[in-house]
Amino acid sequence: MVATSPPVPPDWDYAPAPESADVVSIAPRYGLFIGGEFVPPADGGSFATLNPATEESLSEVAQAGEQDVDRAVAAARAAYEGAWGAAPGRDRAKYLYRIARVIQERAREFAVLESLDNGKPIRESRDVDIPLAAAHFFYYAGWADKLEHAGFGPGPRPLGVAGQVIPWNFPLLMAAWKLAPALAAGNTCVLKPAETTPLTALLLAEVIGEAGLPPGTVNVLTGDGATGQALVAHPGVDKIAFTGSTEVGKEIQRAVAGTGKKLTLELGGKGANVVFDDAPLDQAVEGIVNGIFFNQGHVCCAGSRLLVQESVADSVLDRLKRRLGTLRLGDPLDKNTDIGAINSRQQLDKITELSAAGEQEGAQRWSPACSLPGRGYWFPPTVFSGVSQAHRIAQEEIFGPVLSVLTFRTPEEAVAKANNTPYGLSAGIWTEKGSRIFWMAQRLRAGVIWANTYNRFDPASPFGGFQESGFGREGGRHGLAGYLDA
Amino acid sequence: MPDRRAAREEPQKSSATKTARPAAPPAAGGKRANAKAPRPAPAPRSGGGQPDEDEAQRGPGAGGAGRLAVRKTYKLFIGGAFPRSESGRSYPVTAPDGTLLAHAALASRKDARDAVVAARKAFPGWSGATAYNRGQVLYRVAEMLEGRAGQFTDEVFVAANYRDRDDAARDVAAAIDRWVWYAGWPDKVAQIAGGANPVAGPYFNLSVPEPTGVVAVLAPPAAGLLGLASVLAPVIATGNTAVLVASGPAVLAAVSLAEVLATSDVPGGVVNVLTGLAGGLAPVLAAHQDVNAIDLTGTEPAERADLERLAAGNVKRVFAAGPGWVPEDWAGAPGVRRLLAFLETKTVWHPVGT
Repeated sequence: MVATSPPVPPDWDYAPAPESADVVSIAPRYGLFIGGEFVPPADGGSFATLNPATEESLSEVAQAGEQDVDRAVAAARAAYEGAWGAAPGRDRAKYLYRIARVIQERAREFAVLESLDNGKPIRESRDVDIPLAAAHFFYYAGWADKLEHAGFGPGPRPLGVAGQVIPWNFPLLMAAWKLAPALAAGNTCVLKPAETTPLTALLLAEVIGEAGLPPGTVNVLTGDGATGQALVAHPGVDKIAFTGSTEVGKEIQRAVAGTGKKLTLELGGKGANVVFDDAPLDQAVEGIVNGIFFNQGHVCCAGSRLLVQESVADSVLDRLKRRLGTLRLGDPLDKNTDIGAINSRQQLDKITELSAAGEQEGAQRWSPACSLPGRGYWFPPTVFSGVSQAHRIAQEEIFGPVLSVLTFRTPEEAVAKANNTPYGLSAGIWTEKGSRIFWMAQRLRAGVIWANTYNRFDPASPFGGFQESGFGREGGRHGLAGYLDA
Repeated sequence: MPDRRAAREEPQKSSATKTARPAAPPAAGGKRANAKAPRPAPAPRSGGGQPDEDEAQRGPGAGGAGRLAVRKTYKLFIGGAFPRSESGRSYPVTAPDGTLLAHAALASRKDARDAVVAARKAFPGWSGATAYNRGQVLYRVAEMLEGRAGQFTDEVFVAANYRDRDDAARDVAAAIDRWVWYAGWPDKVAQIAGGANPVAGPYFNLSVPEPTGVVAVLAPPAAGLLGLASVLAPVIATGNTAVLVASGPAVLAAVSLAEVLATSDVPGGVVNVLTGLAGGLAPVLAAHQDVNAIDLTGTEPAERADLERLAAGNVKRVFAAGPGWVPEDWAGAPGVRRLLAFLETKTVWHPVGT
């Protein structure tokens, strides 16, 4: 921002700048990817996947049933005991490098498909989701032939067949987070993408086939919660990795109780973004916006609670409101869009319900002037001030573009409030004082802490939560542990 | 918590070393010889004791011929104090041949909840202590155990099925060595389990292991003092606080170990010891919303599925899960599996710039 720029004329507006959807070809129907090929589901069931920005159907995808889960697990087992299990680490590495490279080559295609199916702005799918997914495969590729040096003892062994159930907020990225370390460690996989966002996982299946991985090494089963349940409960699965809500995570932990299956859970969060009075406030405001409005707030580690020091609360709130007035909500494929569509009707209903509860419980609701498109699922950026710790919007994960603002006076109070949820996934600290950053970072009970930044991700950086935000880590050397008998 | 606990916990650290240690004679050898005889309940033995006991009641090594031995009351260890069970109940602990050894406190569900409260209260201090300090405290435990090795040898020998006293002595020696092994870990574990992460951007990124919180430990009932050391030391070495449930033949050694902990600079509440029926206490701790992790080592494989289901209520970390868990060889090299089991990885990012 140049200080001398002239004032913006009041009628100035962005011209539409849509990314072309021609780059993707979406089939009218998709089968299940089992044993290296797309096959129809055993009972022929299917469901539509919608573009949440238009509510139009993009494609019909298969609903995998128990028989399909059986087939996929059997295919994964055969590959584990066959070609993939026999492949040396050096070859597994090369396969994963191939996948990373093809994702880079077809990045625009993946990005557009992701924005169509998920509703997220193309700016984010293009600049965050897809590059990070490729980076994840590239990172773990290098581990495949170095496992004995990873600090898990001599000759660490893979677990076998991994069942992986992923969410709809970062569909391809979550698939990469799950598949890359599992394959690097020598496991085979059955991946269940989210019901509302199956398309990039299916395109990834095609890429994996083209990369020449032995059939059955990766299997993709589309379906709803019942498919996920069948996969979790399947006796042929040795490892379950799940990313999603804490509620479902607990059900999964119960379902695998007593089976000896190894489990990794990446669950919900209610991240506190703590702003001290000495923070660079304009930067902090950017961090607050990125923390809660990135990906429409559909982020488990979102900074959904702003804890701002009382002396600067008014100033921060004013700046925040001014900044939110500049956010552009609309067509996810438009390169200037900041806020895309809410992923599903169901999620929109949940956000609407919790926001109503915020008002009923006495918090003050504010949104910038913002017109919502006539069709599709949309929710304006929303800020609640005057929130108390007991309010539902301060305790429950909303998973939408809704920020709850609380205040504090002392660092001790900030820590106590930040830690006052059953979660423990993420937190932010904004201050210019280095010693205070470390003091806070030691006391915040959260798995990822961003100081003077927020929502940064990297394949080399372990990610995961304390307490009811789950257990196990994804990313980095730590991410291998969940897929090795270590 | 009501008055009872408040009173118990007030001067925490110092009370740990001073409260309720009625009889812990420094000289140890042989005084458990009296354990062969059945005894009445450990309720107040006021006055001069029982006048007409036979010679077995006389502690031969405890002060010359004719001196009547002072017996020990085996109590719980909660928040640095040694209370009886709030339920007022006790149960007989017997040797394998059926000889009555003692009446141990039968911990109740309320005792278990009290122990969790004490462990939670101790967590900020213990997890916030320097790693060097925690290492020294663990080493101090080994020092104290070494001085009482004879007592422990007698205690585990009569309680468990050792072939001979030498076998028991080896178990005790190995247990002491295990505390020494873990005493070296607190200031090293962050370097094997954490480190800098080379992220693709202008950020300093560091991962550090942090303690999970309050850990419930179902101790192996038949593994003697070595089993207790092997499950407890790794939990507290990394800064967790523990609620340890001892059952079976391990109970007497567990209570004596608690007495050692109370005199080893371990702050009150860092380790809490419950004696009684693991089968009754395990579900309470597995379901407890303020317990962060549970070690099921001492439970029966058939019980584990239910306990794991209860543990899911607050997404507890479960160690030794599943029926396929292979019982450990306690005498073998411990490795770092237990040490790393009750840690959370915290990753901190900060921009790099001028």
